[in-house]
Amino acid sequence: MSTPSGAAVAAGGGMVRPVGTVTDIATVARRSVRSLLREPEAMAPALIIPTFFFIVNIGALESFVERSPGIDYRAFQIPVAIIFAVTGISRASVLVIDIQTGYLDRMLVTPVRRTTLLLGMMVADIVLALALSFVVIAMGFVAGVRFETGLLGILVFLGLAVAWSLAFTGFPYTVALRTGNPAAVNSSFLIFFPFAFLTPAYLPRELMTGWMQTVAAWNPVTYLLEGMRSLLSGGWDAVAIGKASAAIGGLALVTFVMAFRSLARRVATG
Amino acid sequence: MSEAYKSGRPPAPTLRVCTYRRAFLASGPVPEAAREGAQNAAISARGLVRTFGSNRAVDGVDLGVNSGEIYGFLGPNGAGKSTTVRMLCTLLKPTAGQATVAGYDVVDRPGEVRIRIGAALQEAALDERQTGREILDLQARLYGLSAADRAASIERAVDLADIGDAMDARIKTYSGGMRRRLDLAASLIHGPEVLFLDEPTTGLDPVSRAQVWDEVRRLNRELGVTVFLTTQYLEEADALADRVAIIDDGRIVEEGPPSELKRAVGADVIVVDLPPDAIAGAATVAETVPDVDAVTRGRRGITIATADGAATVGSVAVALSGAGFHPQSLTVRTPSLDDVFLLATGYRMSALDPAAEGGDGAGGSGSRAAAAGSGGP
Repeated sequence: MSTPSGAAVAAGGGMVRPVGTVTDIATVARRSVRSLLREPEAMAPALIIPTFFFIVNIGALESFVERSPGIDYRAFQIPVAIIFAVTGISRASVLVIDIQTGYLDRMLVTPVRRTTLLLGMMVADIVLALALSFVVIAMGFVAGVRFETGLLGILVFLGLAVAWSLAFTGFPYTVALRTGNPAAVNSSFLIFFPFAFLTPAYLPRELMTGWMQTVAAWNPVTYLLEGMRSLLSGGWDAVAIGKASAAIGGLALVTFVMAFRSLARRVATG
Repeated sequence: MSEAYKSGRPPAPTLRVCTYRRAFLASGPVPEAAREGAQNAAISARGLVRTFGSNRAVDGVDLGVNSGEIYGFLGPNGAGKSTTVRMLCTLLKPTAGQATVAGYDVVDRPGEVRIRIGAALQEAALDERQTGREILDLQARLYGLSAADRAASIERAVDLADIGDAMDARIKTYSGGMRRRLDLAASLIHGPEVLFLDEPTTGLDPVSRAQVWDEVRRLNRELGVTVFLTTQYLEEADALADRVAIIDDGRIVEEGPPSELKRAVGADVIVVDLPPDAIAGAATVAETVPDVDAVTRGRRGITIATADGAATVGSVAVALSGAGFHPQSLTVRTPSLDDVFLLATGYRMSALDPAAEGGDGAGGSGSRAAAAGSGGP
């Protein structure tokens, strides 16, 4: 070739600079949030399902449950609606398409930090979980629900909801990274059912009986619901919030280890 | 512009490549710290092996690609081309062997390799939900380009991709050719030294293919980018590559400039189409004909290498018909890369994939005489 080696070719490389983790996360997150905003229809099920259950549960059970003293059933159901809305949302469906199309490889050829590919998507998950939680809380306000712990309580409530949502994303991300199969990712939401329903979703735990009560005692969502309910109806309860946080933390530990190990395996060159 | 593109008008010759080059040149030389191996070798590999289970996809590949070269990696589907590229691009670890790209070991220093290479891997992998400009921007950010460099690089890439207003439309609306051009532009955003193109024109129509070829030539000529290109198209390797390696079943079976490889086959080849049961016998007869240098048995006949096809074809026809063989056709032409492939592997690449090339292979543009018919009295 007429062009000599060295300078002319390498010159372009002078533009390349080391990139920090936060910058990489921001880059990946920018793309993820953008594609989120471009498919608002994907939010529909996440809003319809909790609204549906909120109305149906109240219609069916409100007068029955409120025979027990001290229960505001609408406030009781708002955390359930939040859990229904934010559990299982993730960008895993996008990740699995990236794997299939080879776009993930295109990013892996760049010097991008591998963990940020997942962390950036999780930023978009946080945005979505926040948006969904806002809508559900607004629905609660319309239904006459008030927070006994005030504005700070609402913020803690939002924090728990988003943290829970994020902890749960580890499942679909793990499935996406392990299988690379969109159908498998779609079915991964099934894990939502035992988590969401084997809980005091309908009745307080003291009214539950038998095996269901036992299972609920082992389900982290039970403590999440009870922590969130305390913010609505009970006033500040450090123990309840502590247990809810521990439940989220425990789940996050498990799912994040799974997800980031799966990522490491997926991007491993071995 | 997309209209003009689709209609097949070649892009107008422009000054933009010069601008592109100047901008790269202006950013000055890069520190040459701690590079291994010869400065002039853009890619070198020794004994590269990659196994998947018991399958040896790449089975001992040695490579030496010079800086500034267009190197063609030619082989049929499943020959090990993509696996080799994935190892050189740091996406896959070699099972055995060693490779350096842009002076750095792909296993020990993948980060150094990554900032110096660009890659457009198979099928133009792009996120359909983003616009072309967003893809370029994301790419530029992942390489840590400053805001000013980013803006300039994106503008250059926009010019390079040459897809007009479509740059701000979602990629799902793009044609295959537009995707490839964007993919190519995206892989160049950071001014890489070595560009890997894995089957850059597979699935493209002839017009789009020619445009990609022009682009690759121009990048190489104007920017001095070393190009490592895999292809299953004989014609593409012949047209683009300074040197070609022919890979079959995980091994390089021939390597050299296309013209030399073809010359090594002989000045001319005589292609004799025969029924399968006649091939072995006819080959034995043809070997006895004076001035026949070599006879290769294929699936659909034999290929005869000779110094002077026009002079020899008559004796071949006479000898065959005298021995009771009646060829379906006899063709004299200059050797193609397919003949090189046939000599090296015992089969024709063009026979594998009907979508690839015609039976004559490519590069055989010099067909001087064609004698059809049974060749018998």
